[in-house]
Parts: sequence; C-alpha cells; structure tokens
Amino acid sequence: MGFFLEVLLGGLMAGVLYSLVALGLVLIFKASGVFNFAQGAMVLFAALSLVRLMEKMPLPLALLATCVIMLVLAYAIERLVLRPLVNQPGISLFMATLGITFFLEGFGQILWGSDIYKLDLGIPKQPIIILENVFPGGILVGSDDLFATVVSGALVIVLAIFFQKTRIGRALRAVADDHQAAQSIGIPLNQIWLIVWTVAGLVALVAGIIWGSRLGVQFSLSLIALKALPVVILGGFTSVPGAIVGGLIIGVGEKMSEVYLGPHIGGGIENWFAYTVALAFLLVRPEGLFGEKIIDRV
Amino acid sequence: MFYREVGEFKSTYAADQVVFPIRQDRYFVWAVVLFAFVGVPLFANPYWFSAILIPFLILSLAALGLNLLVGYCGQISLGTGGFMAVGAYAAYNLAVRIPGLNPLVAFLLAGGITTVVGIFFGIPSLRIKGFYLAVATLAAQFFLDWVFSRIAWFTHDTPSGSLNAPPVTLFDFTFDTPVRKYLLCLSFAAAFAVLARNLVRGRMGRAWMAIRDMDVAAEIIGIRPLYAKLSAFAVSSFFIGVAGSLWAFVHLGSWEPLAFDVNRSFSLLFMVIIGGLGSILGSFLGAAFITLLPLFLNQFPAWLGLHWSTALIAHLESMIFGALIVFFLIVEPLGLARLWRIAKEKLRLWPFPH
Repeated sequence: MGFFLEVLLGGLMAGVLYSLVALGLVLIFKASGVFNFAQGAMVLFAALSLVRLMEKMPLPLALLATCVIMLVLAYAIERLVLRPLVNQPGISLFMATLGITFFLEGFGQILWGSDIYKLDLGIPKQPIIILENVFPGGILVGSDDLFATVVSGALVIVLAIFFQKTRIGRALRAVADDHQAAQSIGIPLNQIWLIVWTVAGLVALVAGIIWGSRLGVQFSLSLIALKALPVVILGGFTSVPGAIVGGLIIGVGEKMSEVYLGPHIGGGIENWFAYTVALAFLLVRPEGLFGEKIIDRV
Repeated sequence: MFYREVGEFKSTYAADQVVFPIRQDRYFVWAVVLFAFVGVPLFANPYWFSAILIPFLILSLAALGLNLLVGYCGQISLGTGGFMAVGAYAAYNLAVRIPGLNPLVAFLLAGGITTVVGIFFGIPSLRIKGFYLAVATLAAQFFLDWVFSRIAWFTHDTPSGSLNAPPVTLFDFTFDTPVRKYLLCLSFAAAFAVLARNLVRGRMGRAWMAIRDMDVAAEIIGIRPLYAKLSAFAVSSFFIGVAGSLWAFVHLGSWEPLAFDVNRSFSLLFMVIIGGLGSILGSFLGAAFITLLPLFLNQFPAWLGLHWSTALIAHLESMIFGALIVFFLIVEPLGLARLWRIAKEKLRLWPFPH
C-alpha cells in the first residue's frame, strides 16, 4: 500500500509538471485559436536564457532579463508570424508554430550554447518522509516535487483570476470566442495576442525553471512539449482546469503503467502510453474532458 | 510565344484528357525522364548517387505519399517516420523469413502491410481532425518506434537491434552499384508518380480534395468520408511503406530503429509544405530542397574560408528550416510548385504580356 501511494504521488507530481507545459498550450489556444507546438521550444529557450544570464548577473536581474527576452520573443512572433497569417486555417498556423519550434531550437542553442547546464535556484532537494506513522517506512517525497506543485498551484490560481476577473482576461476570452466580433467592439487583436504569447512565454519560463532544475537545462527540455500534447487532448484544448486534471491523469497513468504494466510487456512504454490513453479518449469524446463542444457548420 | 495551347486541336476524348495538355510540356517531361534515366548515369559520380540522388528519390516517394494524405485529403500526419519503419521492417522480415522471396516483391508486400497499419491508425481521422489528428498520428509514431526497438521478433532477435538488409536482386541481376541502385529508385519513383497523378485526377482524388476543402459539405454532396479518408490513408501508407523499405534496403543497407524517428516525420512534412501542398511536382521539389540544403550548408562555410563546428551548422540548419517553413506559409502557401506554375503562366504570355 505504501509503495502504491508512493507511485501515485510520484505520478501526480510528474503530472503537475506536464500540466505546466500544457497550460501554456491552452492559454494560447484559448486566446488565438493557435495550437502552439512551439511551447516546448519556448520552455527550452527560456530556461537556456535564464541559466546563461545567471552566470553574468544576480538571480533577480537574470529573471527580469529573461522575462524581457520572452516579451521580445512574443512580440517578434506576433509581428513576424501571426499577423501575416491572420484568418488562415488553423492547420497553417499549427505548421507555422512547427517552424517556430525548429527556429527557436536552433537559435537558442546558437545563442546560448548546447551543453547541459545546471540550474540551481536554491530549491531544497533532499527527500522528506511523510505519513511515517501510518505505513511502515512512510512515503518518500522529494521536496523539489513539493515546491513544483506549490508553484504550479499558485500559477493556476493566478491565471484563473487573471482570465476571469480582469479586464484583459475578459478581452482574451472575447477574442477566443470570435476574432471579428471582438475587434468590432474595440478590442485590439494584436495587443491581445502579444499579451497572451508573453504570458505563455512566462509560463514556459516557470516550466523551464522547474524542469531545468530537475534534469539540467538541455535540449531534451524541448521534447517535453510532446508529453504535453496528450495532456491537452485529454483535458480539452480550451480549458485551464482541463490542462491540470489532464496532466495529473497522464502523470499517474504513466507511472502506474510503467511500474505495474511495464514489466509484462517490455518496459519503456512511457513514451506512447499517454498518447494511447489520449487517443482512446478522443474516440469517445473528441472535445476532451472539459473542452467546449466542437460544432461543424457548412 | 511557343509555349501555349493555341494550335493544338483535340479530336478525341483521350487527347482531351491527357495529363499535360500542352505539347511542349509533354516534350519537356519526356526529356526530363530521358535525362534522368540515361543522362544522369553517364555524368554523375558515385558520391552524387549515394549522397544526393538516391536519398532524394526515395524521400520524394515518401513525400509523395504524405502529400496525397496532407495535401490532397487534408489529413495531417506526423507518423510518416513510423510508417516508413513499418515498410522497412516488414520488407526485412518478409525477405528473411520467407526463403526465395524476391526483395522487390517484398517491397510491394511491405507496402501492403503498411497500408493495413496505416488504415488502422487512420481510423481516428473519422472522428477527429486537424491538430487532434496530428497528435493521434504522433501516437502512431511513438508506438511504432517502441514496437520496433523493444519487440525482438521484428528485429530477428539481433541483440543490438541493428539490421543488415539482404541484397536486392532481380533474376541474376544484383542492384549493388550506385548506378543500379539509382535506376531502381528512379523506376519506383517514376512509376509511383504516374500512379499518383492518375489517382488524384480520378474519382478517388476528387473525393479526397472535396474532403480537404470542407468535409461536412463533401459529406452532404454524397462523398462518404469513411471511404475517402481511409483510402487516402491506405494509398499514402502504401507509398510510404515502399519508400521505407527502399530507404532501408537500398539507401541505408543496415539500420536501427532511430533511422525512422519523429524527426524523419517532421522533415517529410517540411518537404511537403516547402514543395507544395497538393502537388505531385511539389513533392519532388520539396525533397530535392531538403536533401540539398544540409549539403549546401556543410559546404558553404568552407567556400567562405570559415571553420564552423558541426554543432553550429546543425543548429543553423534547424533555424533555416524553421524560418523557411514560416516564410513559405506566409508568402507562398502552395510552395515551390506554385512558383513553377507562375513561371509557366508567365512563359505562356511571353513576350507580349498584355
């Protein structure tokens, strides 16, 4: 039982990390209808920028500078990619973000180097043991995992408030519903996109910090976007809570399958298990757990 | 002045329905084919064959298959690498396990097996579309990667997972020298290009295009999405499967599962986008472009007298690919093939454009 709970908890925490990346995807999709494949590359780029800037300046300054870099990046993407592609079908925009992915991966590594960098923000790492009196031996929990969970939880709450309560948040939702209608009541589309890509960039930075401090900042960070895809599919493209719940389900499912199913069919199934779950789910409910119903019109 | 329809009188239906309605076009295509079959083997050296021409032809074939699916039927797929792997491993297992089976027959049978796998992974397309489908095909990619690296039966229980292809022979003729390999690939590419061209202008291709342009409307005018979508997946997978077996047997010779990873899928998708969505010629142009660009980037610094590290070149390559994708999507969504078409239009009006 203790082991089961440990696996469960490990899965939940991994799930939180997936949710962080998925969150960026959902934000951009909600506000602009663009499925942003480049989120993983943005995570890599943000983390690389931070880690290399930290070598030259103190941490707060480096954080600030990275935020500015992400803002500039959002501006460039909006100006150079999205604006010329307004009113194109979603699939063109998706392929454009594929292009952005490759560009950012190359650019980031030319600019900042392609080694593995250690990111140390002073997050405590030593594992702690909880529930020692309930189970023999207790449950082992990494304190960096706990930190990640707290940060993501806080981020989700902030974003939820931002989307629901603020003026900009309402404008974002209006744009998501209908570009033209939003424009006609005086919401500046370009500014909204700039804001949402910046926010997604900052979410990418947070994800980059947390992933980076666990794995080291390296190219493979870019690949975690591939892990976040099934998460958003499962949770629904248009739902922030969906990204969180989807992430948790995928995280737990992955760990459980690896531990309990893996030994029977050969291990290493983590890579595709999440996708199969998401796919099976899509066949039953194409809009995901919390997504808005998709309606086709001629 | 010379390149125009005027003066061509069509007196039969067959003449009216030819693939290239303008006579000069027909001459030009025949000249290109003749040059490819006769001229190139006379002039090219072995390096050109093995580094440029053979990969180009095989990737063209794969891109052609993908283009049928993405460009003509509008179903985006990121699982191309996985389907190529199916073709390669199917051909390998057929050739090794069935004694006396000619590898060329194995290629076609492998295409058939890939078709079945492709249809299976195409089933979700009936329910989901757009980037949802892209993710579903990505699932196919990762699943197939895993199958071929973990299940030992497919790799014939070789401990390292890397395989050596048996030689490709036809009767007593072995395709061993670069020239022979090139001619083999060229024959496959040419035959499949003709096949694809005729498929897309027939009933099937029109159904695909209707589905691509608006699937709900297509369904209303009586096109069955089930048949249209699954036939696109089937035909596309067949092409890709044959390309995969050629890639493994003719180009690589020995390979491991990494040869067909997700980057292969992306690069094929890029070929289709850059070359031109919904164009046979575009598949070839895109494949040529993406095969040549890395070679050019490798040579380019040396011409300038610079010494760049390979890592820098690799990153630069990925940057340039990314920028080009965005550039083409913005400036010319129909790709290089569209530029070619514009050039032909201009030529028709030349020298009196008004």
